[in-house]
Amino acid sequence: MRGADYVVKRVVFALLTVFVAITINFALFRLAPGSAVTNLARVPHATPETRLAIKRQFGLDKSKFAQYWIYLGQLVRGNLGVSFANSQPVSKNLRTALINTIPMVLLGTVFAIVLGTLTGVIAAWRRGTKVEGASVTTALAFYSMPTHWLGLMLVILFAGTLPTGGMSDEFLLNPSFFTHLKDLAEHVALPSLTLGLVLYGEYTLIVRSAMLETLGEDYILTARAKGLRPRAILRRHALRNAMLPIATLVALSLGYIVAGAILVETVFSWPGVGRAVYDAVLQRDYPMLQGGFLLLTISVVFFNLVADLLYFKLDPRVKE
Amino acid sequence: MTALDPVASELQLAAPQSRLRRTLAAPIFSNRQALAGLGILGLFVAVALLGPLLLGGDPKAKVGPVFARPSWHHPLGLDGGGADMVKLLVEGARVSLLVGFAAAAVSATIGGTVGLLSGFFGGKTDIVLMRITDYFLVIPDIPLMIVVAALFGRSLTNIILIIGAIYWTSTARLLRAQTKSVRERVYVQRARALGAGNGRLILRHVLPQVTPLLIANTVLLIAYSIFAETFITFLGLGDPSVISWGRLIENAFTDDAILNNAWWAIVPPGLAVTVVVLACTITGQAMEDSLNPRLRSGHLSVRRFRVRPLVRPGGGE
Repeated sequence: MRGADYVVKRVVFALLTVFVAITINFALFRLAPGSAVTNLARVPHATPETRLAIKRQFGLDKSKFAQYWIYLGQLVRGNLGVSFANSQPVSKNLRTALINTIPMVLLGTVFAIVLGTLTGVIAAWRRGTKVEGASVTTALAFYSMPTHWLGLMLVILFAGTLPTGGMSDEFLLNPSFFTHLKDLAEHVALPSLTLGLVLYGEYTLIVRSAMLETLGEDYILTARAKGLRPRAILRRHALRNAMLPIATLVALSLGYIVAGAILVETVFSWPGVGRAVYDAVLQRDYPMLQGGFLLLTISVVFFNLVADLLYFKLDPRVKE
Repeated sequence: MTALDPVASELQLAAPQSRLRRTLAAPIFSNRQALAGLGILGLFVAVALLGPLLLGGDPKAKVGPVFARPSWHHPLGLDGGGADMVKLLVEGARVSLLVGFAAAAVSATIGGTVGLLSGFFGGKTDIVLMRITDYFLVIPDIPLMIVVAALFGRSLTNIILIIGAIYWTSTARLLRAQTKSVRERVYVQRARALGAGNGRLILRHVLPQVTPLLIANTVLLIAYSIFAETFITFLGLGDPSVISWGRLIENAFTDDAILNNAWWAIVPPGLAVTVVVLACTITGQAMEDSLNPRLRSGHLSVRRFRVRPLVRPGGGE
C-alpha cells in the first residue's frame, strides 16, 4: 500500500505545518516590541473586571510556556480572542469575511486558469513566432503590474460604468432576487477582474514552460511520427502530461492569491478576509491580525495538501 | 527542480572558471529581450543615481497647488501635497531600487548558503534545512510580511530585512538541486581525492559552477522585492520618512487622486514599477532558460509540416 503511505505523509506534513504556523503566530506576537499581547486585554469600554477576566482567559499572568499551552487550548476550542475594533469574537468576524471573499477569489481564479491555459498552450505550440511573442509579452506585462495599481487603473477605466467599491448598492431597498444578483455581479466584476488579470499573466507563463518541457519529450515525437494531428497531440499527449506541473504550480500560487485578495479588497473596499487584515493593521487590532494571519496560512496549507493529493491522483508514477 | 539535471550531464566537462562568461553572458548578449531588459534596468539605475544631482532641491517641497495639471515647468504635474511628480519619481527610483537590490542580496545570501550547504553535505543537514525551507515555502509571504512589519516597526532597514528573510526559499531549492548534481561531477571528485577540504571544495569548485544560476535567480528576486515593497507600503506599513514608488501609489490612493482626475499622480509610479519588474523578469528568465537546455527542443512543429531543429542555431551548447 504505497499510495496510503504517500497520503498519510502529506497529511502529517500539512498538520505539522499548521502547527508550526500556530507557533510562529504565538511567538511573533509575543516577541514584538511593545508586546502586542498585553494589548489583548485592552478592549474598549471594558470594566476592570472584564479586563481581568480576559487576562485570565489568555493566561497573561503566567509563564511563556504556560501561555503557549493555553493559547493552543483556546485555539482548539475555536477561541481567537475578541476584536478591539468592534468587540466581537474574532472567529465570528472572520467567518463573515470569509464568506464574502470566496466567491470573488474563485471567480478571478477560474477566469485566470481558463485564459491562462489557453494562451499558454498557444504560446508553447507557436514557439518562436510572433504569436508567442505577443502572448508572452502581454502575460509578462500583467504579471509585472502591482496588483493594487492594476485595480486602480481599472477604476479609472471603468468609473461610471461599473461600481468601484463595496459589495452591494446600499440604496437598493428591498430588491427582488434578480436585481440583487445583478447588483452583486456588477460589484464583483472589477475586484475579480483585477485578481484574474494578475493571475492570468502568471498562469500563462507557467503553462507555457510546462508545455515546452513536455513538447520536447520523445513520446511527442512518436505521436508525430504516427501522423496524429497537432491538435490531438496537444490535447491528448502534451497538455495531459503538462497538467502535472501546472496543477502544482497553480496550488503554489494560492499563497499569492491570498496576498492579492488583501490588496484587491483594500482597493475595492470588498468586505472580505483581506480587507479585515488591512483594517486590523490600520487599527492595530492585534487579535484580528493574528486570527486573519492564521486563517490565511491554514487555507494555503490546505490547498497545498489538495494539490499534493491531486498530483497523486493525476500521476500514477508517484505511487511507485 | 528535476528539470535541471540534464544541465549536469550536458555541461559535465565544462571548466569552472569560464562557465560564468559562457553560460550567462553569451545568452544575454545573443538574446535581444534579455539585453533590452538589462538596458532598461541600467537606465533606471542611472536615473536614480544621477537624477537628484541634476534636478536638485527637496523632492517633497510644495511648489504649487494640490494636483496641479502637467505644465511646462512640471511635465508630470503635482501630487496631492503639491510636490513635483518628476522629482518624486526620481527619488522613488532611488528608494525602490535600493530596497530591490538590498533585499535581493539578503535573500540570495540566505538562500544561497542554505542551498549550498544542503546540497553539498546532504544527509541530516539536508533534511533539516529543507524541512525549514518547506515550511517557509508554504506560509503565505505577504501576510507574514504584514504581520512582521506591523509588529517590528517600519524603518526602511526593517522592510529590507523582512523581504529578504522571506524570499530566500526558491533560491535555496534551486541551488540545492544544482549543487547536488555538481557535487558528483568528476572534477569535484578528483579535487576531493587530491585532498581538498570541504571549505575549499565548496568555494573553489562548487560555488563558481552554481553562480550563474544564483545570479539569474537574484535578478528575479530584485523584481519580487520591489513588488513586495509596494504591497507593504500600500497596506500602510511602509517607512513614512522615505519616498518610494510604493509610497507614491499609496499617497495617490489615500489622497483620492482618482476622484480629482489626477491620473498623473497615480499612473507613472505604477508604470515605473511595472517596467522595472518586467525588465528584471525578462533578464532573469532568459538567464534561467539558457541554463535549462530542455527548453530548447520541441518536437511539435510550429507550422504544420516542419520539424523544428533540436537545438536552436546559435543557442549556446
